[in-house]
Amino acid sequence: MSLQASKLHVGDTHHERVVENLSRTQIVQYAGASGDYNPLHTDDVYTREAAGYRSVFAHGMLTMGLTGKMLTNYVGDGRLTKFGVRFTNQVWPGDTLEVTSTVAALREDGGQHYVDLTLSTTNQDGKEVVSGTATARIDP
Amino acid sequence: MPKLTMPIEATHILMFARAVGDPNPVYADAQAAKAGETGGIIAPPTFPQAVAQFDPDYNLRPKPGEPWFGSGKTASGIEGKPPSGGGGLHAEQHFEYHRHLRPGDVLTVEIKPGKTWEKESKRAGKLTFRERIAEYRDQTGELVITARGVGVTTERPVDQG
Repeated sequence: MSLQASKLHVGDTHHERVVENLSRTQIVQYAGASGDYNPLHTDDVYTREAAGYRSVFAHGMLTMGLTGKMLTNYVGDGRLTKFGVRFTNQVWPGDTLEVTSTVAALREDGGQHYVDLTLSTTNQDGKEVVSGTATARIDP
Repeated sequence: MPKLTMPIEATHILMFARAVGDPNPVYADAQAAKAGETGGIIAPPTFPQAVAQFDPDYNLRPKPGEPWFGSGKTASGIEGKPPSGGGGLHAEQHFEYHRHLRPGDVLTVEIKPGKTWEKESKRAGKLTFRERIAEYRDQTGELVITARGVGVTTERPVDQG
């Protein structure tokens, strides 16, 4: 189902919990699917002893992918026209992430309706890990 | 950088959707996807990043016979300090979709360097930002996706305090 311009208002929010207790295995899955084998994400020995972090951490793009899952569940399949994020904090194994989208604007261009959204993905401590924006085609 | 060829395949979409924990049938079930609005399987919105699989020189994939900076007998397979306090991190990523990718598409991807800038940070010392623009064109030459990524290298590991 896709969104309808007539039923949306600037300031409307929508939430989805996109991962609970993020596993190291899911990070490994993401490395395999995306092709990004940076050992910072999958190799705890390297990450602690050579790179100086407390443990492996998620690819930024995994967090963007999880954020994107909320977006496509909300706006519908194949509806996104823009999606952009800034990675503001690292995501660690064990984290639980929730995405909040807020309607920033409703527009019409050449008879097509669009919604502009602001996005914020936060961890279990309320710390923002991703901030972003997206635009989607919506129904009248 | 030479142009890369990225064939879009249903199995790769299925694996990618699993990796981002998304059970949406539009990524995995051809029949269900056919009955929906998209008329068939499409790729998830961050899938274009998997172009790394199709770059023969991609530096974050181990290659046979070459030293790898991850651990083996020792914490890093490359002697000495790893590059710039833990290497590069991803700062920003932006996608613009003219249409969504489908199995059977064969994309030509051109990646060009963008702007470079520096910033001081309390948490990680001197930060060097590098922008990368990727244009994804389909088999008819049509621009389907534009991506803009910003990578950052830090002087030292990011302070978690």
